[in-house]
Amino acid sequence: MAKITLQNLRHSYSANPTSPSDYALKQIDVDWQDGGAYALLGPSGCGKSTLLNIISGLLIPSHGKILFNDRDVTTVPPDKRNIAQVFQFPVIYDTMTVYDNLAFPLRNRGVDEARVAKRVHEIAEMLEVTAMLKNRASGLSPDVKQKISMGRGLVRDDVNVVMFDEPLTMIDPHLKWKLRSKLKELHQRVRATMIYVTHDQTEALTFADQVVVMQDGEVVQIGTPVDLFERPQHTFVGHFIGSPGMNVLKCELREGVPLLGGHPVALEGPINSGFGKFEIGIRPEFVSLAPQGLPAVIRKVSDIGRHNVVEAMVGDQRIAAVIDGPVPGQGDAVHLAFNAAQTRLYRDGWIATSPAKAA
Amino acid sequence: MKTENQKAWFFVLPVLLLVAFNALIPMMTVVNYSVQETFGDNVFFWQGLDWFEQLLRSERFHASLGRQFLFTGIILLIQIPLGVVIALAMPRQGFWVPVCLVLMALPMLIPWNVVGAMWNIFTLPDIGLVGYFLNHTLGITYDMTQNPLAAWITIIVMDVWHWTSLVVLLAYAGLVSIPDAYYQAARIDGASNWSVFRFIQLPKMKQVLTIAILLRFMDSFNIYTEPFVLTGGGPGNSTTLLSIDLVKIALGQFDLGPAAAMSLIYFAITLLVSWLFYTLMTRNDAK
Repeated sequence: MAKITLQNLRHSYSANPTSPSDYALKQIDVDWQDGGAYALLGPSGCGKSTLLNIISGLLIPSHGKILFNDRDVTTVPPDKRNIAQVFQFPVIYDTMTVYDNLAFPLRNRGVDEARVAKRVHEIAEMLEVTAMLKNRASGLSPDVKQKISMGRGLVRDDVNVVMFDEPLTMIDPHLKWKLRSKLKELHQRVRATMIYVTHDQTEALTFADQVVVMQDGEVVQIGTPVDLFERPQHTFVGHFIGSPGMNVLKCELREGVPLLGGHPVALEGPINSGFGKFEIGIRPEFVSLAPQGLPAVIRKVSDIGRHNVVEAMVGDQRIAAVIDGPVPGQGDAVHLAFNAAQTRLYRDGWIATSPAKAA
Repeated sequence: MKTENQKAWFFVLPVLLLVAFNALIPMMTVVNYSVQETFGDNVFFWQGLDWFEQLLRSERFHASLGRQFLFTGIILLIQIPLGVVIALAMPRQGFWVPVCLVLMALPMLIPWNVVGAMWNIFTLPDIGLVGYFLNHTLGITYDMTQNPLAAWITIIVMDVWHWTSLVVLLAYAGLVSIPDAYYQAARIDGASNWSVFRFIQLPKMKQVLTIAILLRFMDSFNIYTEPFVLTGGGPGNSTTLLSIDLVKIALGQFDLGPAAAMSLIYFAITLLVSWLFYTLMTRNDAK
């Protein structure tokens, strides 16, 4: 078990990186606390897998250090780091039985057979695969194979961290949910640090205590699922998390008051000083219809079950609102109201308002 | 409503005709010869299964069949492991990949009788590069027209040179299709290089290796051109493989009946061994 520290981490796949775009990872400083459940969330190509492979030792970073409990392991090979990794595709040793598959990492480390048997049975019990221990692993279904891959990661009781690289991509939707709750349960039982890489916000938010959101080789925000939802530090986080994502609206700033289509908008609190391109960010959940306010025209109404998502146009900007109860028809002229406590201003993508001091 | 018609037969017909003319009909003429005796002029006498019986009891046939199995066994034992080792050593990416692939493919592109002639000249004691070097520089007597062992070594080395590439290319194709995650997982699991080979690479190569062994078995079992050009079956009968013996009987002695019977038995053995091998190798996959 260990605390993992990433210091000044940068990585480029090209031998002579010249511009920032040559870097798959631009600058990463993160602490992963021992025993935490983390998710690494970001779109494809943002550098999550690169980061994961650096932590596991499959890649050596171009710059920076990785510390396990303050010990520098930057150049230590994967088998000496005591980590486990579960890949996108289930990795199974086809010619072995399920038992031998689970025993493999232990036997490679010279653990005695009695202890191997004990650990394998414990893990098989947790994963509910005890009945198939004697079966050949090649004939199993993808979800069971993926469970065995996870089992191989968990079978060593001294692993520093277990990493999951989009492990549910190949699994049928109805089994995804089952495996995900199994994972959560496993985390509570084994208490190992777990890092779960995904581009699926549902997976990230349900699994993790802390979510690390990445974009373009950089960490844009680290926080609990609630933090990410309520106070996105960057418009990217606002967009990426939530369905539909946060409304990000171009605005003008005149004498410290943002104007949206000529109408002043109230914010959560004071604006930090600075110049740049300003945008208003508000989640559709906090936009409502009101007798007066921002005039808008309804463009589209989608019924998504529990509530309706209304798309309204203010000038040439589109605003989504989540509305319970009766909804206007397409083409209707309405007024929108923003919940001021949830309305933030962003400057060049980064949050530029502070919450109002409690009165 | 399901319309029933027999149109589909027309689509199969061309292939059926092709197979009939290039395989079935010639084969039937062989069957025809194998149960009769002829002295030319289209005069035939019924012999029944006499030729088959005679052949199966013939020591000459046993000897060439034995040589054939020995030859095929030796080249499989060399080519399959060697091919796998070379494939493992080949680069997986970069500039050298196409270079290696082309170099590997070259021996297979050379006409078979040229291969035989090349190795013949190559090993001639007085003018061949290898032959001269062995006899005159190292002082080892190496003459495949005199010494059966030298003749055997030459045809085996020639076949290894000619055909190991096929195994290499198939094994290489099997290797590059293994996703990186397997190697990464194995490194994290602490697997040794041997374990990686034994539990990942070999199982993933099993199918292509089955094909490789099958192809090499059939080709080497039916080999004719290269050893014919190289040794002509000699010295004596020491490198007279089945096909060379068959041609001697058919065209040398003009014993068409026994030769026909031998062809059929030859064919049956090739088919039987291939079928047995393939069935055994794929038996577990079906489950």
